Amino acid sequence: MSGPEEFQLFASPITCHAFNADRTQVAVSPNSHEVYIYARRGDGWTHTHTLSEHDKLVTSIDWAPKTNRIATASQDRNAYVWVHDAPSDTWKPTLVLLRFNRAATTIRWSPHENKFAVGSGARQIAICYFEEENDWWVSKHLKKPLRSTVLSLAWHPDNILLVAGAADMKARVFSAWVKGLDVKASDPVWGERLPFGTVCGEFGHDAGGWVHDVAFAPQSRAIAWVSHDSSVNIATGPQDPVVTIRTNTLPFVSLLWASETALVVAGHDCTPYLVAKQGGTWQLAGKLDVGQRKSVTASNAMSKFRQMDSRAQQINSDTELETVHQNTITSVRAYSGSGPDPAANVTHFSTSGVDGKLAIWDLLSTSVSRMTV
Amino acid sequence: MSNTLRPYLNAVRGTLTAAMCLENFSSQVVERHNKPEVEARFSKEVLLTPVVVSRNENEQVLIEPSVNSLRISIKIKQADEIERVLAHKFTRFLMMRAESFVVLRRKPVAGYDLSFLITNFHTEQMYKHKLVDFIIQFMEEVDKEISEMKLSLNARARIVAESYLTQFFA
Repeated sequence: MSGPEEFQLFASPITCHAFNADRTQVAVSPNSHEVYIYARRGDGWTHTHTLSEHDKLVTSIDWAPKTNRIATASQDRNAYVWVHDAPSDTWKPTLVLLRFNRAATTIRWSPHENKFAVGSGARQIAICYFEEENDWWVSKHLKKPLRSTVLSLAWHPDNILLVAGAADMKARVFSAWVKGLDVKASDPVWGERLPFGTVCGEFGHDAGGWVHDVAFAPQSRAIAWVSHDSSVNIATGPQDPVVTIRTNTLPFVSLLWASETALVVAGHDCTPYLVAKQGGTWQLAGKLDVGQRKSVTASNAMSKFRQMDSRAQQINSDTELETVHQNTITSVRAYSGSGPDPAANVTHFSTSGVDGKLAIWDLLSTSVSRMTV
Repeated sequence: MSNTLRPYLNAVRGTLTAAMCLENFSSQVVERHNKPEVEARFSKEVLLTPVVVSRNENEQVLIEPSVNSLRISIKIKQADEIERVLAHKFTRFLMMRAESFVVLRRKPVAGYDLSFLITNFHTEQMYKHKLVDFIIQFMEEVDKEISEMKLSLNARARIVAESYLTQFFA
């Protein structure tokens, strides 16, 4: 198996990353108030732009592929939309009127890119859209029934439905239909009428865990979420029973639908896992990072006894983990796909983590995924 | 290492590994602040159930996890008066220098002798598994340290007493 492409961008954690449409540029935040844009140069990445308008930690970045705009959210309660100005080759920020009084935690462009959603620690979600007459981004708030910090957001491809995961152990499906922007909408699964703010579904229970990440399936109307009780959950409709896949790993914090029958999840175990539907049931198929010994130590027994002698203790001396990522993977995103609908047939995905590494993985190169996908 | 210490430390290690899944979490209560939730205790939903791992009534570890921080409190074995004094002096010595230990708390949690506070900023800078190793190694060492101190204290007392009493023989 060929390993993933690894790039050690920083020594500090990468809080989030987002690629542009043709994957020639990537926006990352090095656990600070700045966002760096890197451009692909051969085998590596070179730093081209720094976006510094926030004054506290940048929590989330999303790059709209069609309109080539970057949206950033930060713990300073603000969000900016950055537009590339080609003549001067600079990124121009526009402040978004979020009206939050707590940190903005996550930001996601809608599929049509005419609005975006921002989650916050103020127990609300802002649906932001551009108001032509005032020439700025304004927001409408979704408040009820959120009872804690919103940790994750994801849009359905139809541009109306939004799923949010929060620290109150619940994943909820909302309607983010905006008057004047969207045509009248209805959904066969999630509701006949979908005015703004409709709660179409609420999942999870108090014995669960904080919902770290949520996602809509690329084609069907199912949602999936990962929570702090190390489980992966899938719900196909508001009344349907929830499929819960319990695992004995550390909690997952990010997930990605690779196809209708496969999910890539990653988190505190420093390894991406594949969850797949095999024979009608969902199950944890296996690790996508098999890991390899970094260095083979000769005369192992000798060094072991020498260590016991010199330090009078038996400790495991290998500091480095065998996995590609050396610390929690905080973000998994689709990199490329094949076929007419790339989102429904992901072949490559990218991960970034607390260890400052960005990795691009070939999903089909591992034996576990060849067997299942 | 005695037979009962190994499963005790394994239980602590397992609990610590599971508890050390931290993330950056901005305060929901105070604007633009980022506080360790296990200390601030403002929002109940981001705190997890505390776990006590106990070897016997004198040796316990309390692990209190939350979304962005984790508090570990250790009760050190104190069998008699001398050990009590030694443990007190020893932990006081460490806690006065808490800055140098990075994860050490300046005051222990009530009922315990020594507390550590690990936040998401620590797990970002250091390997998580090495932090766990550090705590476990510390627990291994501290008992050894105190019983060694007790032995040398007794030996010293004996020598002092002997040299003091020899003058009455002459």
